[in-house]
Amino acid sequence: MAAPKPRVKVPKKASKGEVVTLKTLISHPMESGQRKDKQGNPIPRKIINKFTCEYNGQVVFSCDMDPAVSANPYLEFTAKVEDSGTFKFTWVDDDGSVYTTEKKLAVE
Amino acid sequence: MAKIHKTGVLLAGLLTAGMSSAALAGGPVDEKLVIDEELEIITRTAAPEGHPLDEVISGWHYRTKETRELEADSFQNPGMLYVERGEEIWNTVEGDAGKSCASCHGDGEEFLKGIGANYPKWNADANKPFNLELQVNQCREANMQAEPYKFDAADQKALVTYIKHQSIGMPVEIDLTQGEMQEWWKKGEETYYTRTGQLNLACATCHEDYNGNYIRADHLSQGNVNGFPTYRLKQSAMVSLHNRFRGCIRDTRAEFPAAFSDELMALEVYVTWRGTGLSVETPAVRQ
Repeated sequence: MAAPKPRVKVPKKASKGEVVTLKTLISHPMESGQRKDKQGNPIPRKIINKFTCEYNGQVVFSCDMDPAVSANPYLEFTAKVEDSGTFKFTWVDDDGSVYTTEKKLAVE
Repeated sequence: MAKIHKTGVLLAGLLTAGMSSAALAGGPVDEKLVIDEELEIITRTAAPEGHPLDEVISGWHYRTKETRELEADSFQNPGMLYVERGEEIWNTVEGDAGKSCASCHGDGEEFLKGIGANYPKWNADANKPFNLELQVNQCREANMQAEPYKFDAADQKALVTYIKHQSIGMPVEIDLTQGEMQEWWKKGEETYYTRTGQLNLACATCHEDYNGNYIRADHLSQGNVNGFPTYRLKQSAMVSLHNRFRGCIRDTRAEFPAAFSDELMALEVYVTWRGTGLSVETPAVRQ
């Protein structure tokens, strides 16, 4: 596939103090490093090893990922929101690449 | 052979009588597939005339709860990543003619509505049925002056997934009145019922006689193709129909025909017809 592409689903609006559900998915092969190619050479490991979600600069969810996580990892979690702001989602790749995306949320 | 078949059915019947329904989870579950709580998918329908079974059932009914849920949420469905990639390809200029698919056909979402539900289709120039892969390649060569895709190239799978997805929810219906479609259908039927390989299995052995039962730890479905290309969790990628045909034939321990060969095109015509009336589910999610 082409370069990893993140997708996120965030509600547009929420009420003060509401717990909102956030869904994320990124296209990524998550090559475990434990497979071999047709010539018998190991295929180097290349996975997303870290994911972080911040809301207005404050971390609301983060996790480390390991080789057993499947391709195109999907993460779903919740966050309690008090003010309007921006969610920033960050995926860190083994090769040092960082993929980010942002979504705004209005708290009424 | 017929005798063995009957014993199998009888045995399954005895098991049902003696065990809880959960123990026979291989059969089709009695649930409805509604994608994103708005798009109702026809996953069970009366079989077309001449079909050996009474009802055609989508493979969705034979999968686990978790897998079924993945397909019911278009955000979670990993196949949607390939739909997005396919849309990019649709709008990307390639080849010496300086054209993209969109240059001639315009907006994909508008132009492609319903098209995927009616393939394979008779192609008079080639004098054979064309599936979407062949149609795309012909278009690339003739109109875009671009290289045709090699079988199962990543872009081929993504583009075909995108094209087929534009018909999601619409019932599969192919036109067997055109050209020599009847002859190809007949040829496909022959292949479907011909036992092959060291294990001596025909398509019908598993998907007609024993659907709803286990094959080792897996559930046998009717083998309908309304969800192809399908996202298979096993491969973590889209799987094309001809890849699946070849995989199935390989598992009977037989030599498998080339993708898009006459033999597999005939099988595609026949098997697609067997799923007449089921909604296109592309990208379906399977085990």
